[in-house]
Amino acid sequence: MISRQLKLVKKALSKRVSVAIVSMLLLACGESSGNKQTSMLNDNKHYLPESGGTLINAMTGEPSGLISMIAGESASSAITSNIFNSLLKYDKNLELEGDLVTNWQISADQKTITFKLKPNLLWADGKPITSADVLFTWQAVIDEKTASPYASDFQLVKKTETPDPLTFSVTYDQAYAPALDSWAGLQILPEHLLQGQDLHTAAFVRNPVGSHYYKLDSWAHGENLKLSRNAHSVLGQAKIDRLITRIIPDNSAQFLELMADNIDAMGLDPIKYSRIIPARPELQQKLALYKELGNSYTYMGFNLKHKPFDDVRVRRAINYAIDKQELIDGVYLGLGINIASPYKPGTRWSNPALTPYPYDPTKAKALLKEAGFTDSNNDGILERDGKPFAFEIVTNQNKEREKSAVLIQRRLKEVGIDVKIRAIEWASFISRFIKTGDFDVVVLGWGLGLDPDQYNIWHSSQQAPGQFNFIGYNNPTVDQLLEQGRLELNPDKRMKIYHEFARVLLEDSPIVYLSAGYGLTAINKRVKGIDDPAPPAGIGHNSQEWYIPAPLRRNEISTH
Amino acid sequence: MLKYLIKRVLWMIPMLIGISLISFFIMHLAPGDITNNEAAFNPKASEESRQKLREMYHLDKPVIIQYGLWLKRMATLDFGKSFASHQKPVFWQTTDKDGNVTKGLIQEALPITLMINLLGLAITLLLAIPLGILAARKYLGWQDRSITLFNFIGFSIPGFWLSLLLMYWLGVANNWLPISGLHSLNYESLDTWGRLKDSLSHLFLPVVIPSVTGLAGITLFVKNGMLDVLQQDYITTARAKGLNEHSVIYTHALRNALLPLITIVGLSIPGLIGGSVIAETIFAIPGMGKLFYDAVLMRDFPVIMGILTIGSALTLVGNLLADVAYAWADPRVRRGVARG
Repeated sequence: MISRQLKLVKKALSKRVSVAIVSMLLLACGESSGNKQTSMLNDNKHYLPESGGTLINAMTGEPSGLISMIAGESASSAITSNIFNSLLKYDKNLELEGDLVTNWQISADQKTITFKLKPNLLWADGKPITSADVLFTWQAVIDEKTASPYASDFQLVKKTETPDPLTFSVTYDQAYAPALDSWAGLQILPEHLLQGQDLHTAAFVRNPVGSHYYKLDSWAHGENLKLSRNAHSVLGQAKIDRLITRIIPDNSAQFLELMADNIDAMGLDPIKYSRIIPARPELQQKLALYKELGNSYTYMGFNLKHKPFDDVRVRRAINYAIDKQELIDGVYLGLGINIASPYKPGTRWSNPALTPYPYDPTKAKALLKEAGFTDSNNDGILERDGKPFAFEIVTNQNKEREKSAVLIQRRLKEVGIDVKIRAIEWASFISRFIKTGDFDVVVLGWGLGLDPDQYNIWHSSQQAPGQFNFIGYNNPTVDQLLEQGRLELNPDKRMKIYHEFARVLLEDSPIVYLSAGYGLTAINKRVKGIDDPAPPAGIGHNSQEWYIPAPLRRNEISTH
Repeated sequence: MLKYLIKRVLWMIPMLIGISLISFFIMHLAPGDITNNEAAFNPKASEESRQKLREMYHLDKPVIIQYGLWLKRMATLDFGKSFASHQKPVFWQTTDKDGNVTKGLIQEALPITLMINLLGLAITLLLAIPLGILAARKYLGWQDRSITLFNFIGFSIPGFWLSLLLMYWLGVANNWLPISGLHSLNYESLDTWGRLKDSLSHLFLPVVIPSVTGLAGITLFVKNGMLDVLQQDYITTARAKGLNEHSVIYTHALRNALLPLITIVGLSIPGLIGGSVIAETIFAIPGMGKLFYDAVLMRDFPVIMGILTIGSALTLVGNLLADVAYAWADPRVRRGVARG
């Protein structure tokens, strides 16, 4: 009885499966590979800018929502930056300019900023953009129910005024220079669609209406987001008609899709950029490679509350003992630069007079000797007061940081310091080591905003558990400079303050700048109009000017 | 029998509470919470805002109180809202006061994973049973040896490596199959047949690779079960009666040989809702494995607990179903249960 039933089920199932397998085989034979246009791809002269076409890119994570003041993750801002505008934005040289505003005025006491909106701006649904929308957005970001991680900058606003639909002014208790940057980061939301709604659950989160070059057409959960040109765009029309972002978590799978010409652009790691693509002529022919400096750097930070790192001679000695060029060559395959200040080179905040600590083991040994370290028992490891100089480098599970730590370990061994390495998962790393201050040395990175204010990282008041001065840096000169920098809204005067800050910091060596890596991107050569070499703001600064000549467009019917 | 069933079902309640208690505490043993994730490590995000978040989610309270709050919600089958994903509901969709529907995380991920795993299980069983029988019948013959060899190659090959190779061969070198994802970008504009073709071609690798690499275990089970049975006296009797080999194998032996399979299939029920992180990541499939993995990395406690609770409930149900099916299939077990 049972066996008969089983047999029947088996028969039915096997029939269905064999049909499925056969149909898959048929299907496999039915499709032919797309025609290659490589010679046309490399021809840059004969294509004039024209509108149309679709750009397909990929990212590893999916946005949790499209209101970036709540979502916070980079996947979300990558999409929302095409949909929403802010009051201000950064130009190609990373100087502030108006986005939704024509101009902004700072009062004589530097406490009030008055923004003048451009006239006749429209939301994608055709409704006008007014100062009421800006006010609404500000109220939303400071609302406790929103629980925005970025609320703190906006909570400093003591008074807001909207005297007319095009004017919005904010007044702070005291001058607050990072304010301008914060307004460049706050994407303005439409009041008429969100008034009285819960920003976490509103349909708007998955179906936003903005004002920028593109609007969202569809969002297939876990698969892709499709954007198309916004006819009411406040900054004019972009050239490319549609942007599709596919969510592909695995980098290798992304790269296969790029090779198969199913996506046009992806971020690369150094191996793909400098080894794999150059070694394959067929890839080199269809992909253009771009590198741009990111706004982040990797460093080795000392716990300044632990001995012997309280001694500046020891910190400098270690700085001299590490060969940063070796790290850049070994870990990033040369795709990084050596830095001397915590600012992006080429921008006004980076002090051009500063040079990084050179690799100089002799000087390192001399400084260590001066600090009282000698190898009294001839075991190759230095001692002071009978205690060997040994410490542990803690880092999170990040290949580049782990590799850097290994190279550092070897160089420090050469000057007589015994280093161990421990790499652990991020959340454990933060709560077990960083928050408790229970570490000697960390290898970590800072990804920074474009404003030079780094009060939260370096000011001596920011050392409580959970705050960002976890290395315990305490320098009255630096404290004073950081306070001054926050009060000065004039960019030229402000620049001098931060140049001086970076100089003191370099001398004091509370951290060793290891490297600033390049952001690497491959883009299919069908996309034209990309600035190369990239300006300080990166290649994306003029993405609205990018275009895909009609003969080079992908046959959109056969798009996988 | 009915009494036995009711007893078993009632026993599941304290079991589930016990499992959830242990899971909850183990989850909290791992250091860190949602406010420690990599995105929160941003000088722009202040410690006060993180503290507020901790208070909002009761992360500042002792673990036992957090467990109490969780249990209280679960009593009304409220799985809560995700910490990490814009407060999306963990399990099923909710409607807010303005009538906006937000879909649940598990609601979105589960059907995809379930479909892939059911297809995979079907393929595995359909291949494993005939292969197992063949291997047992030709025990130590070349068929048996080559099946064993094939199975062990499949078993030893890392799934992700085979996946990438096949993705390259079928998707890049030849444009035969899509590389990743669930649908083509033009899926919406296809007709029904086109959509079916599109879905099948996207599902081919994610379904076939795990079923082939997972074939070894079940084939061995079937083969060993069959070998055991073939040495029984009643098979000798059947052969002595002069029955042909076909009915000896398929009528008398197979029935008994397949009994252990019931247990395996029963136990694989919870596995059906748990996706493979690696496969889902490589093939860009938004399923349960990726959901759980990301939730663990983000310390998204409601999502972790939601998946664990559903998983453990299904394990218990699967066990029960396996036992019931056993009793149904095997009179010896049935009599034992009736006596007990």
